[in-house]
Amino acid sequence: MMQARQRDSLFVASVKDSLGGALVAFALACVMVGLKVDVASGRGAELFLEHRWLAVAIAVALVFVVRLGMNMFFWKREDAPSLGLSGFLPKGGLGDGSTNLLKYGMLVLAVALPFALMYYLGSRGSRQYIDLAILVLTYVMLGWGLNIVVGLAGLLDLGYVAFYAVGAYSYALLAHYFGFSFWICLPLAGILAAFWGIILGFPVLRLRGDYLAIVTLAFGEIIRVVLLNWYEFTGGPDGLSGIPRPSFFGLEFTRGEGGFADFFGLKYNSIHRIIFLYYLIFIMAMFTNFVTMRLRRMPIGRAWEALREDEIACRALGINTTNTKLTAFALGAMFGGFAGSFFATRQGFISPESFTFLESAIILAIVVLGGLGSQVGVVIASIVMIGGFEMFREFEEYRMLVFGIIMVVIMVWKPRGLVSSRTPSVALSKNAKGISADLVQEGHG
Amino acid sequence: MDYFLQQLINGVTLGSIYGLIAIGYTMVYGIIGMINFAHGDIFMVGSFISLILIVALGITAATPVLLLILALALVLVVAMALTAVWGWTVERVAYRPLRGSFRLAPLITAIGASIALQNFVQVSQGAKNKPLQPLISGDFQLTDGGADGSGFIVNLSYMQILIVVTTVVLMAGFTYIINKTSLGRSQRACEQDRKMAALLGVNVDRTISLTFVMGASLAAVAGLMFLLYYGVVDFYIGFLAGVKAFTAAVLGGIGSLPGAMLGGLLIGLIETFWSGYFSVEYKDVAAFSILAIVLIFMPEGLLGQPEVEKV
Amino acid sequence: MSTWDNNPVLKVEHLTMRFGGLTAVGDLSFNVGRGDITALIGPNGAGKTTVFNCITGFYKPTEGRLVMNRSSGDKHLLERMADFKITADAKVARTFQNIRLFGGMTILENLMVAQHNPLMVASNWTIGGLLGLGGYKKSNVEAIETAKYWLERTDLIDRADVPAADLCYGDQRRLEIARAMCTGPELLCLDEPAAGLNPKESLELNTLLQFIRKEHGTSVLLIEHDMSVVMEISDHVVVLDYGVKISDGTPEFVKNDPHVIAAYLGVEDDEVEQVEEEVGIV
Repeated sequence: MMQARQRDSLFVASVKDSLGGALVAFALACVMVGLKVDVASGRGAELFLEHRWLAVAIAVALVFVVRLGMNMFFWKREDAPSLGLSGFLPKGGLGDGSTNLLKYGMLVLAVALPFALMYYLGSRGSRQYIDLAILVLTYVMLGWGLNIVVGLAGLLDLGYVAFYAVGAYSYALLAHYFGFSFWICLPLAGILAAFWGIILGFPVLRLRGDYLAIVTLAFGEIIRVVLLNWYEFTGGPDGLSGIPRPSFFGLEFTRGEGGFADFFGLKYNSIHRIIFLYYLIFIMAMFTNFVTMRLRRMPIGRAWEALREDEIACRALGINTTNTKLTAFALGAMFGGFAGSFFATRQGFISPESFTFLESAIILAIVVLGGLGSQVGVVIASIVMIGGFEMFREFEEYRMLVFGIIMVVIMVWKPRGLVSSRTPSVALSKNAKGISADLVQEGHG
Repeated sequence: MDYFLQQLINGVTLGSIYGLIAIGYTMVYGIIGMINFAHGDIFMVGSFISLILIVALGITAATPVLLLILALALVLVVAMALTAVWGWTVERVAYRPLRGSFRLAPLITAIGASIALQNFVQVSQGAKNKPLQPLISGDFQLTDGGADGSGFIVNLSYMQILIVVTTVVLMAGFTYIINKTSLGRSQRACEQDRKMAALLGVNVDRTISLTFVMGASLAAVAGLMFLLYYGVVDFYIGFLAGVKAFTAAVLGGIGSLPGAMLGGLLIGLIETFWSGYFSVEYKDVAAFSILAIVLIFMPEGLLGQPEVEKV
Repeated sequence: MSTWDNNPVLKVEHLTMRFGGLTAVGDLSFNVGRGDITALIGPNGAGKTTVFNCITGFYKPTEGRLVMNRSSGDKHLLERMADFKITADAKVARTFQNIRLFGGMTILENLMVAQHNPLMVASNWTIGGLLGLGGYKKSNVEAIETAKYWLERTDLIDRADVPAADLCYGDQRRLEIARAMCTGPELLCLDEPAAGLNPKESLELNTLLQFIRKEHGTSVLLIEHDMSVVMEISDHVVVLDYGVKISDGTPEFVKNDPHVIAAYLGVEDDEVEQVEEEVGIV
């Protein structure tokens, strides 16, 4: 008897809740999905409506059925089985051992990737995948650069793309006006970006969290608008094209005499340049990682993390917090600048279009989704977000929508990111454990 | 002088729209301390809902005045209600599960929700600009352009009057709600100390939801006004309007309702005067620079409470 | 002329701190004797923490002078220095009333952060350390040794690799003192170090403070409500009430000062005897 009533009330409650969900879905969809406003072609600019009530019905039914199912089997049951998904992941993120394995596995994979692809797919077939890998690595590098600022120092930067833009434009403009080569411009672009980081950072670094975020966003937009409107210097919305390609120790990737293929006695193939670019960004990204990991074990890196934990305590320990923040900001900017000049040389063409707020948001999302401060997390998040995004090229229209939804879903599922444990920078015993991210502060400034 | 007056009128109108959006930012920031990045896109959704309703009701400039006013009022109410559902849903789906979680998580979901909303509208309504023929035309000429007709003619359009009057009425209404009703009291209590408010029997989740609902319905009003004033919407209007409205909220002092309105007015004025006297291209730079300058030198804003960290 | 007036480590002269119309500390002068344990006591809201915040640079005093005399003979005017410089150059370290540890970092890391400044120099402001030049490696090992020394002293050595947030309250208090000592201070300012400690922990704290003073010659200035701690270990007690000094002397002297008794009982001076009789203290 009790049993029956129990089930009844579960069912009734579930249906009620699902009806509520369906009602909300109807309110959401009735206008925005049910009716499509469009501009009539030919008859001036008159607007007309297109009806799509079937889509609304499907959406409402879908919400009802899914909610009902979830209510019946998970949400409202006291003996709800835990979601199977979490069983596949180690508790508290990836442990140290598995992280290490993952790290070296990925490293080997990254080194071997172009050759493996060439071997299996040939130069024609592998090109698009190597291109994609280059893109992912660019985001890995950007993510690692931003990780210094957001993950270690706890400074929320929503305008990181500004430094990416400074790097890209530094190289493009230096090459355009002075004819400098990539290898001279690369360090210059990094230095210029770091310089901009200091200039922008100095006045704003005493602001706390969200304010800092919004000011950095504003700076990012200012730089973009200036690039867009300073037509004489930057080419405005038309951008800059004909940016020189990098050379391999002076060897150009050109057909014929004196080119890379000729020098090594290979048959000319345009894939050589792509593979070269791949290894270039790979080395640049690994350099970023190497420097960051080394800095973490040095006083400045520890000061960054301490700053994230408690700024007032830092000052009470005699740490110059302004300088500490500035170094984080400048260093992050510098790596952004490096990545920017790589972007310019790879594309051969840049315009302000490439440096919108969305880019900053994506880079920040990679850092946070990966797990703040975690280098491996950034790699995983880049592969998931960028790689996954590019895989769905056919669904051009829907993929940004899905991208946004996935950002929400991953964050709700794992608010601390995919890899959520912090390795101590120094330890007395050999088997010191990782620190659960629940204890780690995310910074106030 | 006449040119100045015209810019002033235009600036106040634009500022009213920013102010209406800014209230949503300021209320949400006040109560849960996060930047609701999706709020600008909620405004955009409100604008689209208004547009669709206007087209569905067949309102045109030829509609008789009385009917036009009634129909627009209907559009306003329905758009406010439906946009409120959008605001509520975003809070329920993207923010509530992360309540009490660490600070960056809701920021990321907010950005995600913003991207999702933008692209949802792009998918469902198409990427094209949607131009709407002006519904309310006509104006008062405040100056006649001088005896020889060479001076500047200052216009105050009915549309501008409508926008400013609606804004003032709604502002008064919402100030009343916040200051005098029990909902407002719960809201202010949650702003001060959410845990304590919960212990004293305030339904915190419900209060926060209602805050989003109010913010979203005001954004819908701004959306309708924007649509009527500029006569064109697209799926991307939310971002810039959102950032500027947030600037307005910060400028006025975040958490303060009159501050949001004042900030909105100032941002509207600065932007219009900058475009009127200097350059249109850099008007956004002006707004953003103001934001940076205010935050650096006066982080508590014009009407906000200074925040002191206790050692 | 008391002992703390010859060669004091810190001279507080006419210190005044106003917040708007409120005078939190008014014209306060006292000396902190070198090598002494000096206690700053007073009822709640007497302005003790404000004095601390002025000394350690978190507030800029409205008026007055704070002179730190280092054992090297250097004089530092604390009211003119930025807060981090006070720790870095004038060698004044502090702890906080509501403990401020780096909770997500291990105990050892907490102590390493405290040695930031000498390590920065040793690493040539990161550049040398990054390239593996100079004596950074050696300094790093030495810093770990210093940290280990203080961990042993505070009985935390077994938990060196545990995140600070995982420690229990009493351990956190001791860790904060250890961390402050790692900055190599000549004056250690402790804001209610015994608050929330049980009697046993309180006793251990006394031993630790005595050790710090004896073995390291560090002068200690502490705010404390626990009179057993104050009377047991301090050499010199300064009593504040409503931001004004009402008594200054040895614990014995202060204990019997009618002003102090009046302030703590919350009555006027001339009513003290009467009230004492009523409550049966005398």
